[in-house]
Amino acid sequence: MTPSFSLAVTGSGGAGVMTAGQLLLDAAALAGRYGLMARSFGPQIRGGEAAALLRLADRPVESPDDRYDLLVALDWGNIERFADELPLAADALVVADPGHGAVPAVIAAQTGRLIEVPLTALAREIPGGRPNMVALGLTACLAGLPAAAVETRVRRALARHGTDSVTAAIACLDAGRQAAAAHRRARLPVSGDESTADPTTALDRWVLNGNEATGFGALAAGVRFCAAYPITPATEILEWLAGRLPSVGGRLVQAEDELASINMCIGAAYGGVPALTATSGPGLSLMIESLGLAVAAEIPLVVANVMRGGPSTGIPTKSEQTDLNIAVYGLHGEAPHVVVAPTGIADCAPTAAWAVTLAEALQTPVILLSDQALGQTRTIADPPATALPAARRTAFVPGPTDPPTAYRRYAHTPDGVSPMSCPGMPGGQYTADGLTHTTSGVPSTRAEDHVGQLDKRRRKLEHHDYGARWGEVHGDGALAIITWGSATHPAREACDRAAADGLSVRLIALRLLSPLPVAQLEAALAGVRACMIVEHSHTGQFYRHLRAWAELPRPTLAWHRPGPLPLRPGEILEALHHLQAQQEVAA
Amino acid sequence: MNATVVLRPKDYKSATKPVWCPGCGDFGVLNALTKALAGLALAPERVAVVSGIGCSSRLPAYTSVYGFHGVHGRALPVATGLAVARPDLTVIATGGDGDGFSIGGNHFLHACRRNARLTYLVMDNAVYGMTKGQASPTSAADWAGSKLTPDGPGIAPFRPLEIALSAGAGFIARGFSGDPNGLARLLAEAIEYPGFAFLQVLSPCITYRPEQLEYKALVSAGFEPLADRNAAFRRLLTDDGFTTGLLYRAPVSAGGSAPAPADLTDETATLAELAGEFTAARLRGAADHES
Repeated sequence: MTPSFSLAVTGSGGAGVMTAGQLLLDAAALAGRYGLMARSFGPQIRGGEAAALLRLADRPVESPDDRYDLLVALDWGNIERFADELPLAADALVVADPGHGAVPAVIAAQTGRLIEVPLTALAREIPGGRPNMVALGLTACLAGLPAAAVETRVRRALARHGTDSVTAAIACLDAGRQAAAAHRRARLPVSGDESTADPTTALDRWVLNGNEATGFGALAAGVRFCAAYPITPATEILEWLAGRLPSVGGRLVQAEDELASINMCIGAAYGGVPALTATSGPGLSLMIESLGLAVAAEIPLVVANVMRGGPSTGIPTKSEQTDLNIAVYGLHGEAPHVVVAPTGIADCAPTAAWAVTLAEALQTPVILLSDQALGQTRTIADPPATALPAARRTAFVPGPTDPPTAYRRYAHTPDGVSPMSCPGMPGGQYTADGLTHTTSGVPSTRAEDHVGQLDKRRRKLEHHDYGARWGEVHGDGALAIITWGSATHPAREACDRAAADGLSVRLIALRLLSPLPVAQLEAALAGVRACMIVEHSHTGQFYRHLRAWAELPRPTLAWHRPGPLPLRPGEILEALHHLQAQQEVAA
Repeated sequence: MNATVVLRPKDYKSATKPVWCPGCGDFGVLNALTKALAGLALAPERVAVVSGIGCSSRLPAYTSVYGFHGVHGRALPVATGLAVARPDLTVIATGGDGDGFSIGGNHFLHACRRNARLTYLVMDNAVYGMTKGQASPTSAADWAGSKLTPDGPGIAPFRPLEIALSAGAGFIARGFSGDPNGLARLLAEAIEYPGFAFLQVLSPCITYRPEQLEYKALVSAGFEPLADRNAAFRRLLTDDGFTTGLLYRAPVSAGGSAPAPADLTDETATLAELAGEFTAARLRGAADHES
């Protein structure tokens, strides 16, 4: 179990809650800590309520904890809307500004430890002072972060605003720290000791969210074209790429809709340039027809789909793992393609890179299923231990004696992958086609061509060596959890807690969702007596997907619930104990 | 491609036999396209023809250049992605009036605005031929030749040239499939235009719109190239739909047209530098190293 400290900073939109939270996380990174910060917003673009939700620890941590140890409220806004996202520990400390009224009952009922700090009044005493900086100084102190790390970060972040802004902010930090010190007895037991952190290693760590990591992984693997249509919560991938693609000779086009963005990617990839677009459920729905085209015409590309609550417009700012069915089964006809998912925030980079290499190697679309919890949560993580994989396409090379019309784009090969030409290559001309076609690409309705091309496209996926990235296996208990995506870290923490209770639980987290790596999964399940499938959905899509393809232990319990509330380790642990109890009764 | 080889129009045709009905206007368009490509002496491997779905969208397979036959309505996005990613190529999008103006209508508007360097050649026969004769966006409101709309579509026809001009296209022309030589000249000019070039081609469907055999008597080469957008709008006020020629050719820097994308730059930042943006060290800044 990870010793850690969880805190929330809340306030109305524009109060600077997110700025304070991000600076706090950054300071923790400089101080050698690990941690993460999720953002919670109301539906308003400006002026709604906001909460920065942090967890700090001495070891890598990518799951939210069950409860918060500290709540700092700049004001109370519409805190009722957040209350169920802010479960407080029984001994949690609440810091409230008396200038913003009484502590709402929904908060006061959860804990008796309240202290009043006039954040706004303290800020007013400082020329140019802002309450969120007072809150930052106070929160950092209560969280046990060294003042120097916070000050260093704030100086750097505000440098472009001029020395007056920096001076005011530093004075606010001091005021906040003194206010915290005045409530010494309110200070919480915190993990972490500045002296134990290795500053060299700590400074090499990455501080990033899953969307940035996804963009970086794609770029590192060779993506040089992106067509973009903005959608929450995927837009940061597109914006990150927009700023960086030109520096490596790539291009980004803002498309008129998702029908255009997917087809622009198809055009670029047909032209030999590795391509990616990012979207969320509604956009993925629009892209589905063209993904089938990419399967039939054998065009490599990656769609990074950052899942949010659905169906329809759903809850754009909240996470769910509910696009699995459409990603795997949504294409009409029989259209083999690849679906992969990162197992964490930092894992978004290598898994996005892997997605690009799979697309290029297999000449087929790959859907990368990220979600809001991965994409928009910022974490402090160790950089990838190994270099990210780079994409390689099997290219057409004309034979010296080949007649100009000899090229067969869709030739049958043992592994199903046919050498691919692209415009500019003499002798490689062909017409890529979504119609059933011959090995040369000429439209055909003959059974031999239809079945032959269906077989060839399926063979590509079946013959590929997916290597060690298909999934992660931790532990060797006779009880197992199978999970994926953003459910992985909460599930892993539940396993760690179970181990601390003397219950050994094996964790299997899949990256390769389709084609399902049945042999690897069944091997990983060897010796497992009972199993639990953990996912963030209402109907158990992942459970049903596994049941469709793999032999699962009996009993296998499907444990799932939908968003908008994040999955937390404690509820998974509770389900594990329930499963264990059932096992004992059965025995 | 050996530079000394002189390419003839037939060198741009494939061995695949068209599915088109005998007498279809699209044969004339294919002939004009191969003539234009031969006239420009473009190496076949440096040309890509991209289409959607419909009778006319079958055209790429009948050429010897690179082809792409995609889904209904999306020829322009595919062509745009290809043209932006590969500015060294000659990219031509083709298709029919249903593909381009109905299911793909939004892309038409935005391709006119975006001004990527590509040619859009629409074979307009005012009917959905491949699905056996339904009214298309350019059918007259009272055309009652389809069982789907027995009293006619009842809505005003789409006016491609006016819409292209309004949406910001910099090259707008109309041709006729029955005049392959004139059409080849227009096409060559469109292909050489350094931006988005739109060419509507009246291309009769003799199966579902046999009355279009009369097009030959109706068309007249009446457009004189205009460089002034206001003048082009005024000219269209008296357009009967059968006037052919180049209507409007904007200077490349004309307002309403986005600049052509810049050339690909060299890789100026290594991936290690990009990864460095994520490091905690960056959060304290260079100045803090000394303090």
